[in-house]
Amino acid sequence: MSKISRFFKRFYLGFILVFLYVPIIVLIVQSFNAGKSRAKWEGFSFHWYQELFKSVSIMNALQVTITVAVIAMIVSTILGTLAAIGIYSMKKRQQSIMMTLTNLPNTMPDIVTGISLMLLFIFTKVDRGYFTMLLAHITFDTPYVILSVMPKLKQMNKHTYEAALDLGATPGYALLHVLIPECRQGIVTGAMLAFTLSLDDFTISYFTTSPLVQNLSTLIYSATRRGIEPTLNALSALMFIALLVLLLIVNRRTKESD
Amino acid sequence: MRYNVSLPWWAYAVMGLGLAVFIGLVGLSIRRNHGIKRSLFSAPYTMWMILFTILPCILIAYYAFTDTAGNFTLDNFRTFWDSNSEMKKLVGEEYAASIPRGTVNVDTLVYSLWMAFLCTVISLLLGYPAALFMADRQMKLGASIVVLFVIPMWMNFLLRTIAWMSLLEDNGLINMMLNAMGFKSVRLMYNSGAVLLGMVYNYLPFMVFPIYTSLSKQNPSLHEAAADLGCSPMQTLTKVTMPLSLPGVISGITMVFMPSVTTFFIPRVLGGGNTMMFGDLIESKFLTEGNWNGGSALSLIMMLLILISLSILRKADPNGEGSGIV
Repeated sequence: MSKISRFFKRFYLGFILVFLYVPIIVLIVQSFNAGKSRAKWEGFSFHWYQELFKSVSIMNALQVTITVAVIAMIVSTILGTLAAIGIYSMKKRQQSIMMTLTNLPNTMPDIVTGISLMLLFIFTKVDRGYFTMLLAHITFDTPYVILSVMPKLKQMNKHTYEAALDLGATPGYALLHVLIPECRQGIVTGAMLAFTLSLDDFTISYFTTSPLVQNLSTLIYSATRRGIEPTLNALSALMFIALLVLLLIVNRRTKESD
Repeated sequence: MRYNVSLPWWAYAVMGLGLAVFIGLVGLSIRRNHGIKRSLFSAPYTMWMILFTILPCILIAYYAFTDTAGNFTLDNFRTFWDSNSEMKKLVGEEYAASIPRGTVNVDTLVYSLWMAFLCTVISLLLGYPAALFMADRQMKLGASIVVLFVIPMWMNFLLRTIAWMSLLEDNGLINMMLNAMGFKSVRLMYNSGAVLLGMVYNYLPFMVFPIYTSLSKQNPSLHEAAADLGCSPMQTLTKVTMPLSLPGVISGITMVFMPSVTTFFIPRVLGGGNTMMFGDLIESKFLTEGNWNGGSALSLIMMLLILISLSILRKADPNGEGSGIV
């Protein structure tokens, strides 16, 4: 490959990456700005980081976001893994019906999912709040878990399970010691996907919770009307860095296990 | 903090009954097969989906075809087509002629579809070369480049969109730079261009990933074979690489087009109320007007449009090869 074309390709990718990263860099820089203005730099300070930990509403929203994400991740991973194993052992026709059902939420836009759940809660006269938001998150997380476990089950050698049974394992033992370890990677991917989707969700949470129980996204949304505080920038900078560190640790560990 | 977990009594009854039925079925099958029948494992999920996906969809249809009293009506769709028909009823027939036959809803729908179309085309034009260069084996970029594209998506998308405000504002960073270079300030915010920028910014990775996946799955010897048979690099690209990446492109188009038709946060923040998109309209029908019947009709129309466009796209990718997300 010629040097010019290589340079051009690198330049192009760099350009796209700059486009993707500029707002994030702006956001992180703003979080260290002493003043409240978005445009004017008034000196470096940790002021907004101190404010962040004093803000009750942000801390509450953080608590809601993280607990919902963790509980939704656990429930949807269990529900989804069991469902994937179940669907995998179904007959062809049943299997395709179940997979269509699983793909349905992905083909529905978020706003419709959110509204349909809101209508369900209104119709059944359930007060919207923490619990309904959690139900909604489990609902949109589970199909993603199934979609990440299913391929691993399909890749698996079918006879391994039968061999375990022939060698005297009970179905339950074979399930725990053959099937689940075989699709462990898919389960982990699914769980992580569920966690991040739930952490970042705005639209569905917005329709399924009340203004009294807010997660970070709905809090930010209601803050945009009043003018956004740099404390939220500080928070997102911290979360961003936390996720980066997590990624580096996971990367290091997978490299070691290779 | 106290969470509201009050449910009506029958909700607990339904849940309890569901659990009892499930345990009973599992117990029965253990007896019969000396082990749990594995296809039953998906029973809790099936119940969950019926309760929280299928039933809510039926409810949307129910609300769309009824009025506030619960009687069957098609008025919600009539109002969609002619948004002033409500007003006409109020003022009576003789003044009806003075009210313009407005079709605000249809205009909004057409505008949203146009914006989503533009967003998809721009994302494809920007994203395809990016995916192509990322998958280029001679560039030796490896998987780390994918991570670089994923990382920005970890920042809350609302905050990322808001961050664009500080760049685009009248006294924002871009205008400050323009002023410093001696140019006049440009009005960048609160117009369709800003909304489009926000949409492309948010959805571009959804275009790049599926295309990258389908490109990097391609067997490199195919390209070598094409070159051996006399293809120029350009011909190899247009006759081998591109057609083979079609499933990825289709998947990317779906993943960009769908959320961009329905977004309501981006036009609110970057359009500042000057631009109304279909997602906006639905949200305000439900939460501002409290008109669930009208809002449901709009949602139903949108769902139908998306289902139609998806089935057209499926035709082009019958095996669903491009459907892999990661």
